[in-house]
Amino acid sequence: MKLTLKIWRQKNAQDKGAMVDYQIDGIEPDMSFLEMLDVFNQDLMGKGGEPVAFDHDCREGICGMCSLYINGEAHGPDRGVTTCQLHMRMFKDGDTITIEPFRAAAFPVIKDLVVNRSAFDRIQHAGGFISVNTSGKTVDANAIPIKKEDADKAFDAASCIGCGACVATCKNSSAMLFVAAKVSQYALLPQGRLEATDRVLNMVAQMDAEGFGNCTNTGACEVECPKGISLENIARMNREYLSASLKG
Amino acid sequence: MAKSALLKSSIAKKVAMALSGIFLMLFLAQHFFINMTSVFSADTFNSISHFMGNNPLVQYVIQPILILGVIFHFIMGIVLELKNRSARPISYAKNNGAANSSWSSRNMIITGAVIFAFLGVHFYDFWFPEMVYKYVDVNPLNEARYFHELVAKFESPVRTALYSVSFILLSLHLWHGFNSSMQSVGFNNKYSVALHKLGYVFAIVVPFGFIFIALFHHFNH
Repeated sequence: MKLTLKIWRQKNAQDKGAMVDYQIDGIEPDMSFLEMLDVFNQDLMGKGGEPVAFDHDCREGICGMCSLYINGEAHGPDRGVTTCQLHMRMFKDGDTITIEPFRAAAFPVIKDLVVNRSAFDRIQHAGGFISVNTSGKTVDANAIPIKKEDADKAFDAASCIGCGACVATCKNSSAMLFVAAKVSQYALLPQGRLEATDRVLNMVAQMDAEGFGNCTNTGACEVECPKGISLENIARMNREYLSASLKG
Repeated sequence: MAKSALLKSSIAKKVAMALSGIFLMLFLAQHFFINMTSVFSADTFNSISHFMGNNPLVQYVIQPILILGVIFHFIMGIVLELKNRSARPISYAKNNGAANSSWSSRNMIITGAVIFAFLGVHFYDFWFPEMVYKYVDVNPLNEARYFHELVAKFESPVRTALYSVSFILLSLHLWHGFNSSMQSVGFNNKYSVALHKLGYVFAIVVPFGFIFIALFHHFNH
């Protein structure tokens, strides 16, 4: 396949950055999108150019590290996949592919296509955990009966990999789906209920402090989420937040 | 948690936006049913309009709350839009919003602004003359006047067209607004599918019902 790539190039966080056009040939349809970028970078370095910086780690859709806004969509045109799971068979020979970093004030660009998503870490630190005594007297989680339906919903919420596609996709750069998933996975379980009030209040306060936008329920996050996290979680977080506000 | 923090939170704002929207939709529904009576019976329409126009509870309590509700919904919409725009200072070179969301959900500020402008026209046509009639000129009560005033307004093809176009924008606003308001107040469960359908029915029946009423009186005056 022969492709035209329009890639965001930015030397560092202070640089203004711009879209730059490149041509690439010899791309196989079975390559993953990141493999295509590897080949592209190899070619670019061979010509004496600076390789394009992009995030990646596990390359099997688990870690949430790869990002990229490809042809106007987070993780590209395929559904239920991260960028490492996107394959070049989704594109045609002669296509022009626009590749940009995830855009949000809360996700500043570090270099080229790499953005700083540590705002998510700080939201997690604010309450995305349960306080467990690890002195050796920990109660076995399986000793507490949990309704199958709740366990399934908690597991679904916990499948969020924190990639930030929800923020990148949302027209408001809202982090509601991410925070809602983290709130929900504990809110549905007895182990999480003990700290539920503080958790939702603190995580939402941190989310707002990071400069994410407000959710307007467009539903775009749910569609683009590689793990299919449901909007039901956002409704649950709204309920949790309102009830916690009344208690707190 | 300090109450000030609650009022500043993004979730509290979206819930406030939703509750004011639900209140306005309830108003819209009753306005729709009252206006629809004008198609079937001038007397019924006159009786209800006379009641609404002279009942102290409606005039001095509900009406001011309604006007404040409209202003609150509009200002909060602008506040949220500005905040949301600032959350993405650099736009995408290419953004395919249509791939994952509806046009109406992405353009609530546009449809909302048109509806607000329409309300200015609507107040100029009906509300201000009504206030002048009752409270400035202090005319005697006349229960039979409402139907004729309504029909007279829709003689104008320009006004009828303007109202019809505005109602189409209202339909688009409600298409997202109804279901969005339910999600914002935390209603998302096994009944949501049925409620979504009700929302779409509401978004079509009410605005296009208003268009029907406007056209009916335009062609039957």
